[in-house]
Amino acid sequence: MLTTLLIVLPLVAAAVVWAAPLPREATAGIASLVALVEVGLWILALLRFDFGSSALQHSAQREWFSDLGVSYHVGFYGFSLWLAGLTVALGAAAIGFGMWVGRDRARAYYGLMLFLVGAVVGVFASQDLLLFYVFFEAMLIPIYILVGVWGGPNRAAATIMFVVYTMAGSLLMLASIVAFGLSQGTFDLIAAGTSDNDWVFLGFAVAFAVKAPLFPFHGWLRAAYTEAPPEVAALLSGVVSKAAVFGFVWIVLRHFPGPVGDWRTVILVLAATGLVYGSLLAFRQPDMRGVVAYSSMGQMGLITLGIFAGNDLGLGGAVLQSVGHGLVSAAMFLLAGMVIERTGSDRFADLGGMAKGRPVLATIVMIVGMLTLAVPGSANFAGEFAILAGVFAQGWGYAAVGAVAIVLAAMYTLRLISAVLHRASGAAIRAEALDLRPGEVALVLPLVLALLALSAWPAAVSDRSFPDRGPAGVISEAAE
Amino acid sequence: MTVGAAIATPKVDWLALSPSLALLAAATVCLLGAVLVPAAARRAFSATFAGAGFGVAAVLAAVVFDRSPEQELLIAESMTRDRIAALAQIVLAGAGLLSVLVSWGDRRRDHVGEYYALLAAAGGGMLFFVSAGNLMTLFLGLEWLSIPLYILTAMDTHRKRSLEAGLKYLIVGSFGSAILLFGAALTYGATGQLGFNAIREATGADDPLFVTGMAMILAGLAFKASAAPFHMWTPDVYEGAPTAVTGFMSAATKAAALVVTLRVLVTAFPEQAEIWSLAVAVLAVASLVVGNLAALAQKDVKRLLAYSSVSHAGFMLIAVAANSPLGGRALLYYLIPYGAMSIGAFAVVAARERELGRAVTLTTLEGYGWERPFHAAALWVFMLGFAGFPLTGGMLGKFYVFSAAYEAGWWWLVVVGVVATAASIYYYLSVIRALFMRPAPARADLVAAGGSPAADPALTAAIVAAVAVTVGSFFFVQPLVDLAGHAVSALSF
Repeated sequence: MLTTLLIVLPLVAAAVVWAAPLPREATAGIASLVALVEVGLWILALLRFDFGSSALQHSAQREWFSDLGVSYHVGFYGFSLWLAGLTVALGAAAIGFGMWVGRDRARAYYGLMLFLVGAVVGVFASQDLLLFYVFFEAMLIPIYILVGVWGGPNRAAATIMFVVYTMAGSLLMLASIVAFGLSQGTFDLIAAGTSDNDWVFLGFAVAFAVKAPLFPFHGWLRAAYTEAPPEVAALLSGVVSKAAVFGFVWIVLRHFPGPVGDWRTVILVLAATGLVYGSLLAFRQPDMRGVVAYSSMGQMGLITLGIFAGNDLGLGGAVLQSVGHGLVSAAMFLLAGMVIERTGSDRFADLGGMAKGRPVLATIVMIVGMLTLAVPGSANFAGEFAILAGVFAQGWGYAAVGAVAIVLAAMYTLRLISAVLHRASGAAIRAEALDLRPGEVALVLPLVLALLALSAWPAAVSDRSFPDRGPAGVISEAAE
Repeated sequence: MTVGAAIATPKVDWLALSPSLALLAAATVCLLGAVLVPAAARRAFSATFAGAGFGVAAVLAAVVFDRSPEQELLIAESMTRDRIAALAQIVLAGAGLLSVLVSWGDRRRDHVGEYYALLAAAGGGMLFFVSAGNLMTLFLGLEWLSIPLYILTAMDTHRKRSLEAGLKYLIVGSFGSAILLFGAALTYGATGQLGFNAIREATGADDPLFVTGMAMILAGLAFKASAAPFHMWTPDVYEGAPTAVTGFMSAATKAAALVVTLRVLVTAFPEQAEIWSLAVAVLAVASLVVGNLAALAQKDVKRLLAYSSVSHAGFMLIAVAANSPLGGRALLYYLIPYGAMSIGAFAVVAARERELGRAVTLTTLEGYGWERPFHAAALWVFMLGFAGFPLTGGMLGKFYVFSAAYEAGWWWLVVVGVVATAASIYYYLSVIRALFMRPAPARADLVAAGGSPAADPALTAAIVAAVAVTVGSFFFVQPLVDLAGHAVSALSF
């Protein structure tokens, strides 16, 4: 019931907001309120969640169509609950940012944002393959319009790239879903067993690799993340990419143990390549959002390393890193948006010296930057450490490459900090020091606080993502 | 001794014929109205009766559906009374009703009565066509539905395009009918039988004439379903015909032709299933490739939708090629959202066309999304449905079709279908892009003449109904699939 409410509330609110002829402020207010209620609902779900149990919780199941064995089946395991929490938190922050910036065409804008939040929560809650596909595809509809209407000057090309890449991936997945579901006799993710079919496996794996994105499926990433409005980019990199994490863990690992074993090396090599390549590209980007975009690609490679490490350590670290990276990159995109609001640009050539007279902005950028580069003690450090320790089991080379990439992360993050905050004042910086206003602080601070809390107690996520039998136990349950 | 006693007259099941007869009656009344009713009231009069005809036909077909759990052959085995025919009739009559609503706002001054009479007559022909039980009624039904459509296409006599389309449709359509007739003659020659059931039981199946006949019947039906390579009339005719008629053709003609294709192949030619299922699969692939590639290059929205309809014929033919109960269910389910999306999309195009007084292209759609949020959101839903996005029945239709193909072992058809869908995204999204992502053009000729167009509640009702069916068929799959399952049980797979 709670899960259904978490999914349906934003979807219904989206329809209401779109249809009701209210003024912009009222529309924005309703949307923000709904986003906050979502957070409240999730906290309620968290409080009522029994982390000791290995069963699906807050579950609901209703038959959808029986002749093919498809049902509306939703619920949460520990790791998906954390991902859903990330979604509602970032959703609220992004909608708040939209309100702060005062997006025009408010009814359509807030309707689509709420729709996106509902669809992403649906992805993480799905326990039926077709239902998963429904939400996975449904995410694309609002993203397409949000980027295409409210995006930057090159949005047309960005949306086409994004849609072509992701649709090519997800339609192959549809073919795989048909093949897998019919051969299993059910589309239910919990009831279904395992498959050894390489082609079916590849259909799923490629779809998630595009969504993540993993090297070499990242062609859409730069344009989409940069042309999207900053708050949409925050959702894209923060939570939409985590749909791939859910898919890898809950579909690929769980239902394709054989092919995963055969293809593990390929996936790990691609993930490691993406990690290094993304980090190198991030170092070369001339603007804030470009850095965050490619750092996201690198981080998704790292998370993928953890997922396919094949042990509890790597998997737990991957979930922790997913939450940590989601918060960090969303906060960074929102901060980039706030810088753009002040200066009209996020290109390093135009920026610089923003620390002077803007202590709050400087402090927050600095904290988020430190968390991004994973200083020891941060949640991201814990995540990276667990992932590298986990993937060490597959070969020390992966861990070594991962460690190199962490050095690169420090380089691109420090470069970003110095280019924005320090150096000589850039051309776009106006003399009057516009520091972050309380409203803006209120948007980013909760994300930073969540990160600090997670840094203090990373085990909250990494040890509580999978019940007592450990991730590998839950994953292999399907094989029994 | 009376003559009646000398000639054995077959018993006539009036209930089974009643949906067609209701539409014939409506057509007659409309035609009389064109003469007797004063010009000022003629449009209201004939539209009401045509709409009522479609409505009554749908209700009667529902009654027949309810009362026909078993297949019965009627009137010397020339007609069949079964649930697949009845379900198809409900869908067709629904499409007709929506088309009447879309037509209401047409600025047609003359021949209003005739227009609705022809629409009802074409509908009656389709309802007759889907319950055909032998080769003669098959051909009769085909001609009955086609001839009114030829005239309807050319109805806008002031537009050259319309006249050209009418002529083109007449010539190509007659060619298709002739092929079907020739095929029927060959089949009859090989077996000495007319009835579909009798053909199945007849000997002589290994006769090359027989297989040729079957192929020609299939080709004739493919003309009407506008499956490639028999689709070449489609874009020109869809572009030239009055838009409300185009919507009706794309939804109803195709539905009727595909249901009949399924019925004829499964009932009359089960022994040749290996041959025809491969042939249908090839037609499907050709339609998917041709339809999607050609649609990519279109600028005119009606032509774009025409090629999209060719590709959808391909998807539905995949279901036929599966030659299984699941395939039958997939086809019948697919028809429901597809019909609604087609008529709905053409309804929005008609609205824009009336506003501008010129053809609707991707350019003339620019900015429309923010001018008319309701129409644009509806068109958005239809495009997403065509492209197979969730929250529309179009997605589940594709899912069913792919499932049927996979179950039948046609996994490569699934792959072709998936790739075709991926290609189709581009042009469906280009419509959405035009609607929402381009600024309204400043050109004076693209501004609606005379300010806001008059409110058209009938058109709005049609669009609302189409959206409701498109989205509703996503959520309420089970009841629809149950109906389709009952319907398909009449066929012997």
